[in-house]
Amino acid sequence: MSYDVIIGLEVHVQLQTQTKIFCGCSTAFNPDQPNVQTCPVCLGLPGALPVLNGKAFWLAVKTALALNCEIAPFTKWDRKQYFYPDLPKGYQISQYDLPFSHDGHVDVVTESGGERHVRILRAHLEEDAGKNLHDESGRGRDSQVDLNRAGTPLVEIVTEPDMRTAEEARRFLEELRLLLTYLEVSDCNMQEGSLRCDANVNLHVHQPDGGKVATPIVEVKNLNSFRFTEQAILHEVERQWEEFQRTGKTIKDAPKSTRGFDPGRGVTYPMREKEEAADYRYFPDPDLVPVTVTPADVARVRAEMCETPISRRQRFQTDYQLSAYDAAVLVDQGREVAEYFETVARAAGDGKQAANWITQDVLRELNDRQLTIATFPIPAPVLADLLGRVHRKELTLKSAREVFAALLESGEPANIEQIGQVIAEKGLAIVQDAGAIDAAIAQVIAANPKPVADFKSGKAQAAGALIGQVMKLVKGADPQGVRERLLEQLKSLP
Amino acid sequence: MSSAGRTASQTIAAFRTGETNARDLAEQTLAAITARDGAIGAFLHVDREDASQQAERLDERRRSGQSLGLLAGLPVAIKDVLCTRGQPTTCGSRMLKDFKPPYDAHVIERLRAADALLIGRTNLDEFAMGSSSENSAFQQTKNPWDATRTPGGSSSGSAACVAARMTPVSLGSDTGGSIRQPAGLCGIMGLKPTYGRVSRYGLVAYASSLDQIGPFATDVAGAALLLEAISGHDPRDSTSVNRPVPAYSQSVDQPLAGLKIGVPREHFAEGLEPEVASVVRGALDVYKSLGAELRDVDLPHSKYSIAAYYLIAPSEASSNLSRYDGIHYGHRTEAFKSMAELYAGSRGEGFGPEVKRRIMLGTYALSAGYYDQYYVKALKVRRLIRQDFDNAFADVDIIAGPVTPTPAFKLGELVDDPLAMYLSDIYTISANLAGIPGASIPCGFSKTGLPIGLQLQAPPFEEERLLRAARMFERATDWHLQTPPLS
Repeated sequence: MSYDVIIGLEVHVQLQTQTKIFCGCSTAFNPDQPNVQTCPVCLGLPGALPVLNGKAFWLAVKTALALNCEIAPFTKWDRKQYFYPDLPKGYQISQYDLPFSHDGHVDVVTESGGERHVRILRAHLEEDAGKNLHDESGRGRDSQVDLNRAGTPLVEIVTEPDMRTAEEARRFLEELRLLLTYLEVSDCNMQEGSLRCDANVNLHVHQPDGGKVATPIVEVKNLNSFRFTEQAILHEVERQWEEFQRTGKTIKDAPKSTRGFDPGRGVTYPMREKEEAADYRYFPDPDLVPVTVTPADVARVRAEMCETPISRRQRFQTDYQLSAYDAAVLVDQGREVAEYFETVARAAGDGKQAANWITQDVLRELNDRQLTIATFPIPAPVLADLLGRVHRKELTLKSAREVFAALLESGEPANIEQIGQVIAEKGLAIVQDAGAIDAAIAQVIAANPKPVADFKSGKAQAAGALIGQVMKLVKGADPQGVRERLLEQLKSLP
Repeated sequence: MSSAGRTASQTIAAFRTGETNARDLAEQTLAAITARDGAIGAFLHVDREDASQQAERLDERRRSGQSLGLLAGLPVAIKDVLCTRGQPTTCGSRMLKDFKPPYDAHVIERLRAADALLIGRTNLDEFAMGSSSENSAFQQTKNPWDATRTPGGSSSGSAACVAARMTPVSLGSDTGGSIRQPAGLCGIMGLKPTYGRVSRYGLVAYASSLDQIGPFATDVAGAALLLEAISGHDPRDSTSVNRPVPAYSQSVDQPLAGLKIGVPREHFAEGLEPEVASVVRGALDVYKSLGAELRDVDLPHSKYSIAAYYLIAPSEASSNLSRYDGIHYGHRTEAFKSMAELYAGSRGEGFGPEVKRRIMLGTYALSAGYYDQYYVKALKVRRLIRQDFDNAFADVDIIAGPVTPTPAFKLGELVDDPLAMYLSDIYTISANLAGIPGASIPCGFSKTGLPIGLQLQAPPFEEERLLRAARMFERATDWHLQTPPLS
């Protein structure tokens, strides 16, 4: 028997707003000073009323457009009701039957080069809850509540169960993070909980008669890293397969259960099940007026959107003749690296050279030195100038690497003047003086009768040693030019 | 003349002309409360020191020649469901017995900006749920005309304190009739504005889509003044409407020529006490004598209004009251071993029986499998009720009829019969469902000397028309000048 893995994701993304979704409190991440970013509205005090933060709404629309979603012309707010200490009002303001967007898709390229079209069922906007802090010392029994986060705007993105491997799920999340950070709708900082994921997983087991049976769906809650998401799904697949073989239980026996993921042990574990199915008693929030969105509104938001990573990868291939691989490496590093590349490529007049340098030298240095492109000491115009010299054959590739290393050594932000200084100090300029080169060639020929004779007798490789000697005599000479003149002169010997 | 006998306009005029100062106005009001409220029980909280300080600041401002607000020197009593910074805001509930909000409601800010004197917090049915004051966790307010009877509710204290001439005006809130019903039973003017006319920011919510804050006053001009002061757009309430506020206090004395008054057949049907019917008919005859034309109108869906209301209001209430869970503020039970016990214990101890009844009703109506059958159906009825009004107002300027089916009933009489109690709002509830403004004005007395009210309703945002129509009647009659026996 074999099986297909069926994966759908629910992703919560925190929008990058200064203030909360229904009040003016700050959304800054502030775990050390609890309950300082609160007001009567987000505390749910009696009489306080929510008012929609327009910026959060349009940022959410931008998010949905990036996911190729349809934007609803009319959308309203609903209350999702349950009791929990971190939920100050006893309900969460969310969207139920009329979300502001629906029916989108994201295309994901997997590491093997395959592509997966992941449909987005809907994206809706809601407020975040607070955070319960439990005394884990084992001594005290107090639990405390921090409501700094309560009311932070979240977009919940719900996919169709379109992913078939744990890797696809991870790649979907990576693509999503890239997309949302490119658009600057979210910082997607997973450590701070700006991107959180629940994974719905089950198996479709092939039957001998050609049919399929489904195992019960498991929702793995609160996955806060890409790696954990992948690990949790891999474990869940193994566990469900083992359990199915042992018990034969299908989705008809138990439609859905909820599990957590223990990253330390790499396993999922059952979370306490509610005794009855949750009844959230959704109903339209009477404190908030519905929102209507016109085609002009959508056009305005669309006009504000920057290029998406997908179209940028394609454009890099056509505009700069990059391979799909190089284009992906540059774009996947994030918007700043891609923009760094583009500045260098344009100014240096050589996209391929720029791509080679950035994907190899620059990324290696960033990695070794633990820097980001923003803190990298060689700004794009400086690298562009350096590569421009190579492109114009004023500098050899080897010399350019030497200059690059020298600029990095100082640790200070480099400028264009320094390139000239380094070239002068190290004597790296290509010598254009034909007389000096010819004199050196004559000197080398005179001093090396044996290799000269070898060359004349047909051993072409003997020229290599002679070129090396000429290069030593004339620092900064272009090896290609030296080679050409030397061969010429050797051939002209009697 | 003591402030306790003056109307709102007279009080403000006396202060402006320097005939009296704010300190004396405050003291006279506090003295009237001391003398009369023992028998009435209108106030839950009077901070005498705070009232005196407000008055002194106001006198100082007048001395220094600063400009004075619309309500300068006017003592106003506040239903204890409107948040006032640093003052108890109990909502008549054990749940919020010790709660002091860190902020002012929008209307409180407006009153302060208009230089009114905030004089105290008035009793109400718990969380504004009830029609008799008997659901207050703290005390029963008595009808100033007959202490064995209810002043109505839920704005019981705000109505009774004005009727007993302790303050010339007060603020209440009206979700299904909670201003108009007690105004009618206490023989004063009460007005529920159009939904969205007055910001609900800082009004502790009962049913958000129905609640509206409004004035009580001894006369129409007082209500016009107070409404003018509290109306207007507030960006903190997304249901607050951004429309200019007419100067109600300036136009109120202009009679309406060619007024067409609609008389709903449904409001003179079974259930209306004959005595009330005949007093209200008499009031309509007064309008006729003033040149108004009376026309029969139909409100065919009004028979469903109570049913729709008792699905929508409890549904919203069950949600709005979820926040009272003993976690962040308010009453917390002392006996609990688990989180569920903390919730159940705190809510079980903090809420009274009527509040619990409505939470249960609302929870049931919103629960899976019943939502479409109850809540959604009620919303559809609500739309039809609004349509009835729209149709009627295509034909008439004002709709007039009784406020309540009976005069004030006896305290204790309906306590064990909630359905009968609910019927006392039968004529008022539909205005909340439709979102239109409605007023109650005194129009006569029963044989036993209990006040009877006339309800006037107008199209949305036609408060000006409503007030002018009310004033026409008031000018032609002297019912509003009748006062209960005062100590």
